[in-house]
Amino acid sequence: MFNDPAKSQFGSLRSRAARQFLRNPLAMSGLLIISLLALAALFAPWVAPFDPLELDLINPYQSPGIEGHLLGTDNFGRDILSRLIHGSRISLFIGIVVVSIASLIGTLLGIVAGYYGGLVDNAIMRLVEIFYAFPFLILAIAVIALFGPSIFNVMWVLGLVSWPLYARVVRAQVLSLREAEYVEAARAAGMNNWRIMFKHILPNSLTPVLVMATFGIPEAILASAALGFLGLGVQPPTPEWGVMISEGKDFIRRAPYLITWPGIAIMIVVMSFNFVGDGLRDALDPKQTN
Amino acid sequence: MFPYVLRRLAASIPVLLGISFITFTLVTFAPGDAISLMLSRDTTNAENVQLLRAELGLDNPWYVQYYDDMRGLARGDFGTSINSQQPVMAQIKQRFPNTLLLTFSAMLVALFLAIPMGLLSAARRNRPADYGAMFLSMLGVAMPNFWLGLMLILLFGLELRWLPIRGIGSLEEGIWDFVSHLILPAVTLGTALAALLTRLTRNALLDVLSEDYVRTARAKGLRSLFVLLKHALRNAIIPVVTTAGLQFGSLLGGAVIIETIFSWPGLGLLSITAIRQRDLPVIQGTVLVFALCFMLVTLLVDILYSVIDPRIRYV
Repeated sequence: MFNDPAKSQFGSLRSRAARQFLRNPLAMSGLLIISLLALAALFAPWVAPFDPLELDLINPYQSPGIEGHLLGTDNFGRDILSRLIHGSRISLFIGIVVVSIASLIGTLLGIVAGYYGGLVDNAIMRLVEIFYAFPFLILAIAVIALFGPSIFNVMWVLGLVSWPLYARVVRAQVLSLREAEYVEAARAAGMNNWRIMFKHILPNSLTPVLVMATFGIPEAILASAALGFLGLGVQPPTPEWGVMISEGKDFIRRAPYLITWPGIAIMIVVMSFNFVGDGLRDALDPKQTN
Repeated sequence: MFPYVLRRLAASIPVLLGISFITFTLVTFAPGDAISLMLSRDTTNAENVQLLRAELGLDNPWYVQYYDDMRGLARGDFGTSINSQQPVMAQIKQRFPNTLLLTFSAMLVALFLAIPMGLLSAARRNRPADYGAMFLSMLGVAMPNFWLGLMLILLFGLELRWLPIRGIGSLEEGIWDFVSHLILPAVTLGTALAALLTRLTRNALLDVLSEDYVRTARAKGLRSLFVLLKHALRNAIIPVVTTAGLQFGSLLGGAVIIETIFSWPGLGLLSITAIRQRDLPVIQGTVLVFALCFMLVTLLVDILYSVIDPRIRYV
């Protein structure tokens, strides 16, 4: 009915942003690595050279490169590369689910707080402050400790403790959009609040959410690896990267590569997502220059 | 100044209540209550359980329990550890200084690494030194701290045998014993923050370097190193130090993991041990202290910031 004045601009802005993003070498290499990894994760059973859980007790601690074990075998003779590939499934999955939960809750509460203001806003922002007052990892550790370690608990707990950032940023966006002329026009035309919020304000405040979500995935991957390492996350023998490091640390002298490879895998993934996030931010936010 | 501080203090009251309520809820409504844990070692009969429940006030409705809990907290009584039968407060008091020592050392490590690297990076913008520093910084952010800790243990502790890898040193054994125990954990904990702050220092410096007064200073013929250190760094350092302060919480969170790796006898190790034994009063106490400490530091940083930069107060 009403055309967003922002929308006509949006098209050209978007293509400009896309062009800038495509020209960013770090962002593109990050995207390439993530795509390759996603493919490997998706087709893990076919890509991985061995069964990640298959024990070979006669050949433990094979050095990298011997008998087809490209990265060697662990203390149970399991192929490390295959375990890493299967582990990428878990890490990427956790990252995506956590960010989905956090951004959904955060965006919803942020938009409501910003649009309605007053008491609702106050209540939601107090809640945000309370969650901010807990060091992120400590709250997660405490909750998981009480409910028991499992991949399911890791996902909802990490999601639940990381929404406030999204709420805060979306709220700030909504505050500035609330007074925009096109919103006023929609209101004058008798559109109800929910429709205005979700049809007109939400699409225009999603840009920072996209950037935050891109940075949120590696953060969730790091956090879940840390939980796995502490024994509070995914449980062995599942080949989660943090769990692999935790299992390998007892053999640190005998076979240091047991922990070296999973650490490098985590680093590559986190770095790739950070590159993409940097690229997105630079492309979507013309004010910020580096 | 004072109205701002008062406002900030007042705003922290609901946060404080919220924190206490969340920790209370977590522990009270967690599956598996304290009783079954306490009695699991002895033979259990229904009568004993009933007696113990009454004694601990677990028969009361939750709001009465919460009220009792809060009254205890206000008096500094955090309950008794199920496992060691000692007051939780005593354990926390004993461990807390060690965690503070570790986190502040990590903070110092981070600042001492980040500011020179950021300076170098900004002074040599888009040259090899800058790229090198930025690459290191990206690596530092992406590295899991527990992994870095293990790698440092492997290299400096097990291979080179330069540094101890477990526990805390004692000053009575000499200053080196004390410092050498601190180095690996503090570096491990501080690296991620150092990486973040390096990038921040560089960007803040680059912003300041394009300001008019820097150009004026240069036009006066001042040497560029002098301009960088005297004029630019002074202004660029404010956001760096503020961010460092606000990142204190992530250091506390990291301390939980680092203390476990290095057997550092702090709050983090205490809480992880309590979690492994499901020692609920200790879990509650440590989480509460972590959150309080974090809140206090954030408050302090905000207030300090408003002293340095008076514009903040009116926002």
